[in-house]
Amino acid sequence: MHEFSVCRGLIASVLSVAKSRQAMVSKVYVSVGPLSGVEPRLLAAAYPLASANTAAAGSELAIEETSLRVRCETCGAETEATPNKLLCACCGAERTRVISGNELLLLRVELQPTESPSETG
Amino acid sequence: MCEHCGCSISHVTARKPETVEVLAGLLDANDRTAAHNRAHLDAHHIVAINLMSAPGAGKTSLLEATIDALKDELRIAVIEGDLETDNDARRIRARGVPAIQITTGNACHLDADMVHEALHALPLDAIDLLFIENVGNLICPASFDLGQHRNVVLLSMTEGDDKPAKYPVMFRAAELVILTKADLAPFMTEFDPARAERAVRDLANPAPVLRLSARLGIGLDPWLAWLRRTISEAHRGEAALSGRSAA
Repeated sequence: MHEFSVCRGLIASVLSVAKSRQAMVSKVYVSVGPLSGVEPRLLAAAYPLASANTAAAGSELAIEETSLRVRCETCGAETEATPNKLLCACCGAERTRVISGNELLLLRVELQPTESPSETG
Repeated sequence: MCEHCGCSISHVTARKPETVEVLAGLLDANDRTAAHNRAHLDAHHIVAINLMSAPGAGKTSLLEATIDALKDELRIAVIEGDLETDNDARRIRARGVPAIQITTGNACHLDADMVHEALHALPLDAIDLLFIENVGNLICPASFDLGQHRNVVLLSMTEGDDKPAKYPVMFRAAELVILTKADLAPFMTEFDPARAERAVRDLANPAPVLRLSARLGIGLDPWLAWLRRTISEAHRGEAALSGRSAA
């Protein structure tokens, strides 16, 4: 299970953002594609452990799972694919390029200022 | 006006929550180290091959046969990745080439930092061809670029011919697939090499699929020819070696 290693990398990036703004992390948005090699459920399970005792402790992880699409280099069609069937759904050609589904990205970080406001409303 | 309760008094403004757009790869830190490794290797005119497979597919046996065939022609070195033991590194050293063993403990893959450390323990000026034998695992190693120039994935004939369909991320990263233990083909009638190749093509991967038996030395020539071709491509211009990330 390499998701913990991946998650530690994620937390390192998140913390550098939090540190530069001197803030605590409240929510983290990532994008994970079916061909990224990372299992979203395992990434979510690793997150509380990897973020413990950091400025991201207790924050929420929002995982956006992208769809898998390929563009055919032969006929130009853009079609849906599955991880073990990346052929063109239109003409069946083997020469395709993945245009969505490889993602393993930190999209954005929601921060809370460390000095909590006097009124919490 | 106060933004917290709507009263007309302007409180000392606490900083507001904010959202910061980042858009960075989760493996960027690893990928940066991998790029550094690749630059290091290129500076020494070393071609690095990342060997990946399930445990027991024959990576070390392939290396032993390869070293025997090429040791008068090329200066070879090996980085070995295993959870425990230096058995594989000792097998390689017994063939007379330098081998660095990385024991990963519980980590199921090599990463670029581990390889970087190993590179510093190797005589880089005296190496033409470096094999990185990854931890036996068809899942995790595919996600980590090490700085290699080519990914080679082994599939032994004692495994299922549908492995490429079951582990698409790994087999999509392969730039060469080798069906190993071909001497067992007469006994492994349920393994159809054509079906294995078909499963690789279904991943839109044009990588060559070779068959060999390291134990009997059958089918080694196309593999050795692929290695020589890869090295001469590298020497014609390092840029030709894309060093496609495994991810």
